Amino acid sequence: MHELSIVANLFEILEEKAKEQKAKKIISVKLKVGALSGVVPEFLETAFDIYKKGTIADKAKLKIEDVPFKIQCQKCQAEMVKDDFVFICDTCGSTDLKTLSGTELLLEKIEMELTS
Amino acid sequence: MKKKEILVLEELLGSNKKIAADIREKLEEKGILAINFLSSPGAGKTSLLERIAERLKPHYKMAVIEGDIETERDAERIRAKGIPAWQIITGGACHLEAKMVGKIFSEIPADLDLLFIENVGNLVCPASYDLGESIRCVILSTPEGDDKPKKYPKAFTTSDCLVINKIDLIPFLPFDLEYARKEALEMNPKLKVFITSALKDSGIDELVEYFLSSLRNLRQ
Ligand SMILES: Nc1nc2c(ncn2[C@@H]2O[C@H](COP(=O)(O)OP(=O)(O)O)[C@@H](O)[C@H]2O)c(=O)[nH]1
Ligand SMILES: [Mg+2]
Ligand SMILES: [Zn+2]
Repeated sequence: MHELSIVANLFEILEEKAKEQKAKKIISVKLKVGALSGVVPEFLETAFDIYKKGTIADKAKLKIEDVPFKIQCQKCQAEMVKDDFVFICDTCGSTDLKTLSGTELLLEKIEMELTS
Repeated sequence: MKKKEILVLEELLGSNKKIAADIREKLEEKGILAINFLSSPGAGKTSLLERIAERLKPHYKMAVIEGDIETERDAERIRAKGIPAWQIITGGACHLEAKMVGKIFSEIPADLDLLFIENVGNLVCPASYDLGESIRCVILSTPEGDDKPKKYPKAFTTSDCLVINKIDLIPFLPFDLEYARKEALEMNPKLKVFITSALKDSGIDELVEYFLSSLRNLRQ
C-alpha cells in the first residue's frame, strides 16, 4: 500500500500549485495511471479521500484516466495493447519492442477556484 | 466564481526519481555497483546475502543496506559475516524510498565495491521506487508458486535479474521451473535468470560472477 505515500507526494504538488495560482480551493484533480505503473487506482482514490480532509482540496474530485500498456514492434512497426504484459510482437514474434505507454503515473491537470 | 484549469504533467514519483538519479550518479562516479533485492517476505534475500558475503569478503569490499518495517535482525545477520550493514527501519512503510538511502549516503565508504540493498519484503510497492541501483534483482522462492511473475508485473518487468531460490524444495512442490522462467522472460526478455539454493549453497557462484562482471562493466 504505497498509494498513501504517493498521494502525500501528490498533495505536495497540489499545495504548491494552488499557492502559485492563489487558488481558494481545488475543484478537481486529474491523474493518468498506467496499467504498469505499479499502483492500484482504487487504492489511490481511497487514499485521496482520506488525505484531502481539511486541505485546500477538501471537496475535490479525483479523476483517474487508466492508460493501457501499449508497445510498438521495432521490426514490423505494429502497435498493440498488451493486457498480459507479454513483451512479444503479436504479428511477427519479435521481442525488439518499444514501450509507448502504460508505465506513467502523472498528475495531468488541476481545476481550481481562484480568489478573485 | 472564477475557475481555472492548469496543465501540470508532473510525475507523482518525480521527486523520488530525482533523488535516485543523483544517488546513481554519485555511486557510479565512485565505481560502486548497487544492487536492489526485491522479494516477498521470506524468499531468502538475507540468506542469499550471507552466501554472497562469504564469497566476496576475501577479495572485495561490500556493504549492505537493510530495509525492514521493524527490527534490526537482518543487519545483525549480515554484520555477523563481518560485513558493514545499515538498518533502515521504515516504521510501517512497505518499501524503501530513495531519500531513505540518501540519508545514509555520507556514511558509505568511498572505496566500496558493491552495495547491496535488501528492500522491505513485498513484491508490489518496492517496484515503484528507484533507489539509484545499477541492478535490480527480483527473488522468487519456489514455495511461492510458479505463477508469480504475471501477478507482480512491475517487479518482474523492471528487474535486470531474477533469482529463483529454494530450488532444493522442488521435489516437494508443484513448481514448474521452466514455466516460471518462461513466464518471466515473456514479460522481460532481457532478464538474467539464476537458480539457487541459499540453504544448500548452490548456484551462488554464478550469481556472484554476474555481479562482478557488472562491476567490471561499470568501471570501464
Ligand atoms: N529450503 C530452503 N530454505 C531457505 C533457502 N533460503 C532461505 N531459506 C529459509 O527461508 C527463511 C527466510 O529466509 P530469509 O533469508 O530470512 O528471507 P528474507 O525475508 O527474504 O530475507 C529462512 O528460514 C531461511 O532459512 C533455500 O534456498 N532453501
Ligand atoms: Mg531479510
Ligand atoms: Zn512485429
